Amino acid sequence: MNIMIVGVGGQGTLLASRILGNAVINEGFDVKVSEVHGMSQRGGSVVTYVKYSDKVYSPIIGKGEADIILAFEMLEAYRAMPFLKKGGKMIANTQNINPMPVITGAAEYPKDIESKIAEKVDLFAIDALGMAAKAGNIKAVNVVLIGVLAKSTDISYENWIKVIKESVPEKFLDINLKAFEYGYKGE
Amino acid sequence: MKKLMIGNAAVAQGAYEAGVRVVASYPGTPSTEITENIVKYDEIYAEWSPNEKVAAEVAIGASIGGARAMSCMKHVGLNVMADPVFTVSYTGVNGGLVFCVADDPGMHSSQNEQDSRHYAAAAKIAMLEPSDSAECKEFIKIAFDMSEKFDTPMFLRLSTRVSHSQSLVEIGKRENDKLKDYEKNPGKYVMMPGNAIKRHVVVEERMAKLCEFAEVTDLNKVEMNSKKIGVITAGISYMYAKEALGDKVSYLKLGMIYPMPEKLILDFCSQMDEVYVIEELDPIIEHHCKSIGAKVKGKECFTLLGEYNPTMIRKAVLGEEMPPCAELEEEIPARPPIMCAGCPHRGTFYVLKKLGLVVSGDIGCYTLGALPPLASIDTTICMGASVSAALGLAKARGKEFNKKLVSVIGDSTFMHSGVTGLIDIVYNKGNNTVIILDNSITGMTGHQNNPTTGKTIRGEDTKQVDLFALCKAVGIEHVVIADPFDVDKFEKIVKEEVEREEPSVIIAQRPCALLKSVKYSGHCTIGDSCKKCKKCLKLGCPAISFDGSQVKIDITQCNGCGLCLNVCPFGAITKEA
Repeated sequence: MNIMIVGVGGQGTLLASRILGNAVINEGFDVKVSEVHGMSQRGGSVVTYVKYSDKVYSPIIGKGEADIILAFEMLEAYRAMPFLKKGGKMIANTQNINPMPVITGAAEYPKDIESKIAEKVDLFAIDALGMAAKAGNIKAVNVVLIGVLAKSTDISYENWIKVIKESVPEKFLDINLKAFEYGYKGE
Repeated sequence: MKKLMIGNAAVAQGAYEAGVRVVASYPGTPSTEITENIVKYDEIYAEWSPNEKVAAEVAIGASIGGARAMSCMKHVGLNVMADPVFTVSYTGVNGGLVFCVADDPGMHSSQNEQDSRHYAAAAKIAMLEPSDSAECKEFIKIAFDMSEKFDTPMFLRLSTRVSHSQSLVEIGKRENDKLKDYEKNPGKYVMMPGNAIKRHVVVEERMAKLCEFAEVTDLNKVEMNSKKIGVITAGISYMYAKEALGDKVSYLKLGMIYPMPEKLILDFCSQMDEVYVIEELDPIIEHHCKSIGAKVKGKECFTLLGEYNPTMIRKAVLGEEMPPCAELEEEIPARPPIMCAGCPHRGTFYVLKKLGLVVSGDIGCYTLGALPPLASIDTTICMGASVSAALGLAKARGKEFNKKLVSVIGDSTFMHSGVTGLIDIVYNKGNNTVIILDNSITGMTGHQNNPTTGKTIRGEDTKQVDLFALCKAVGIEHVVIADPFDVDKFEKIVKEEVEREEPSVIIAQRPCALLKSVKYSGHCTIGDSCKKCKKCLKLGCPAISFDGSQVKIDITQCNGCGLCLNVCPFGAITKEA
């Protein structure tokens, strides 16, 4: 299983990939997670790869190889679309974050991204930011999306909850468990 | 117990198990997390040194003192520490000594794409290269053993994808942590010509032994499959090749990449119809193979640039195309990295851009001041060059040019190698203005303490280097501390200092917005009195944008730092709790 997590630096994609990675090892798979650190983390496009099966060699995912893309932002979903396998699934947060070329007026944020993606691939778009706000903190958007993703994997519910409890600081646990539920139920 | 770990954490775990007692490093992506993880083990003395040369020397001293020691750096950090490294190759070690160097193919967070494997041959130091986290742990332990067995410092070479990919690692126990005896031995450790001449002989004898070892060690492995195609590879390229080619080809995986075996390679090649060398960056394995008469294909099939991936290997070796995919049918805006909301550097660059100054830049988050809309930085070369290169610029172009010229350098970078440039300015009668961007932390690499923060790597209180007093002490008469968010005052100070026909330093003091101690709150909003002058947009704040009719602040991005309030001429921006 090849899962790509894409978003904007600062959105919490790293935590999401770590939660996913640990949930996967609890199921007994071999796993590799490739992260991004340093300059590219500063508000730029960030891509992490999570791959699991009986034996994983390369930690990266190429074009046309991802089973699932979990996108934290619409433009990043669009950018990552060519990495989706034929028949793969795109899960995307409907949030738009303007990149600097759009802010400076050098480029335009593409219009109707959602329908453009849906035309080409199987898209499940969701207002994860709204759900995170409902859960009590917009920063929990990553855990909402993990909840959505959880539905599309064969990893057990209990396993997800266990890993979230291990990965999130105690004082934010309630919010994050709520966020996971909202994502998992899709409402 | 098996744990999912990034390669860097696995190196730290392996070093711990190998009984390492002293680790000294300077942060640099992608190597930083090795030393950050070392801090988790109480038995190990760890430090952030002011720069890589100092770090290497601390590790060397510890090794001579009988402890297993390690220093970790990014590829360009190895350039900084090269001087002691070349000579410790002659002295050899007492306690095992390993330098972990992490290259950055693809330049995710670097200013060049140098291949550090060249250093192994140049310094005559053996080099190992792991392919995943489990090997990171295993190889660092072997490196310590080899260091003591062959009386040599060792290199462990990593790359971004090995350092920052998580895979499973078996956790073991600490062993070999005895401190060896210290004995005075000037013939071995005092490298003056009379002694060094003799030590060079020892180095060459050691190289011969290491070459023999390379033929027999398990670090180099043959995986025999079809004999039509053979692949010689190392590091992350091995993983890409395995995924791309599976059991269709045979492999010679080199875990020890300097010195490389001869017989093993020739024997492997003689059994294959054709052999590909697959290695990112420079053709180092390829040149070795060709120099011993092995017939291999290398860079005529693979690029010298950037990272590899399984798709390109599949295409080059098997002629297979990549799988079909949903291509984009339009060009979409790039999303380059940017300064965070609330970044203190934003105020500084806003002013420098407004004044149209030539800006000699340096390495850190603030290098992003080269990108639009702030787009103020003219040059960035290496750590510390902002200061010394500005002196060169001024000496080349004269007094009037110097009045339009400033250097910008972070607090940690100034400690690393900026202060020497400043001394040069004072000593050689330069009139430069240097702005130290003091954000109270080493930012880009993820918040490491440094000599100006008053905290050690473990967060303990320590003496804090006083930047103001330091600049005064080296002979700068005019040192001013200013807040870059107070843009009007900051602009006035910069204008005064660049005009001055004496050297000066402005310490732009405001902490990194991501520090826990920084408590911006609420968010800013734009009211009806906005005249759409778009001055606030010149800040390049990720929260502020113009949608064609209105200037807007995205509250999910804004952290309420309030800088935009200080640049709005109409008081149209207000802060809400």
